[in-house]
Amino acid sequence: MSADKQVGIVLVSHSGPVAEAVADLAKGLAAGGATAPVAAAGGTPAGGLGTSAELIAEAARSVDGGAGVAVLVDLGSAVLTVKAMVAEGDELPDGARLVDAPFVEGAVAAVVTASAGGDLDAVAAAASEAYGYRKV
Amino acid sequence: MLDARFFHRWMSTTAASVDREAARLTELDSAIGDADHGSNLQRGFTAVSAALDKEPPQTPGAVLVLAGRQLISTVGGASGPLYGTLLRRTGKALGDAPAVTAGELARALGEGVAAVAQLGGAQAGDKTMLDALLPAVEALATSFEAGADAARAGALATVPLQARKGRASYLGERSIGHQDPGATSAALLIAALAETAAAAGGDA
Repeated sequence: MSADKQVGIVLVSHSGPVAEAVADLAKGLAAGGATAPVAAAGGTPAGGLGTSAELIAEAARSVDGGAGVAVLVDLGSAVLTVKAMVAEGDELPDGARLVDAPFVEGAVAAVVTASAGGDLDAVAAAASEAYGYRKV
Repeated sequence: MLDARFFHRWMSTTAASVDREAARLTELDSAIGDADHGSNLQRGFTAVSAALDKEPPQTPGAVLVLAGRQLISTVGGASGPLYGTLLRRTGKALGDAPAVTAGELARALGEGVAAVAQLGGAQAGDKTMLDALLPAVEALATSFEAGADAARAGALATVPLQARKGRASYLGERSIGHQDPGATSAALLIAALAETAAAAGGDA
């Protein structure tokens, strides 16, 4: 777990404000100094509900420091767009991975872990483990 | 043999058909979805036409790969990655051949449809675009017209089904009685293929 290069986190939501707010929340809860790079890619470029492959690719490039990029998604087209990009295309940087995790809780776990210097496997595992946090 | 110009015309014909039917697709989607299917596909296929006209690719495979890429980047809804994957995977399966036979297209489309099923995790009978595409691929082995008929029949047959994928599945039994918008647009895509073939003079 080298802290030289941090894993980048991309948060993809059907809604721009949701992606931005979850990014702010995760960075806020991970605080105590600089956090790993986090980018939000929500909604369409025009600001509507939906998913934009271009915004996602741009966000992934912006947080890619060579240690990998963990992509978290919420609903519907956000899931399918990232899956299609991972499966078929060359739009995402090498080492970008779709992480199976609950969006809000997973984002917090991912940003905390990445900020602490965790590698991509550790970040993905921490985010996925958030599924195990029962509320009742 | 079907060359790049044939595939280009197929995409232009689909774009025109989606333009004509956009309001109906959105109406179907407002019953069980989020009322954006027509406008999303219209935006996507308009971008496909523009990209193909700007720099026409030289092989059938390249036409479909470019079209698929455009759909993934411009549609904005779930139909973007689904149709994008369908066309891109079909295009990849066609390889670099300068022209392909109808049989090669049918087989490649079969690979594209399988990729869609894998991406969305849906099966026949889930009230999705697969309910038009799966019978279409099978019937395309006979003729383009048979493929189009099978796709249309498949789309109509989604009316009594309960949705098990996508937003419509949240409606449970209330999704019964509505024709699936994705199966309807998939039938337009295959109808456009048959129309293109007919204009080219039979099964080319």
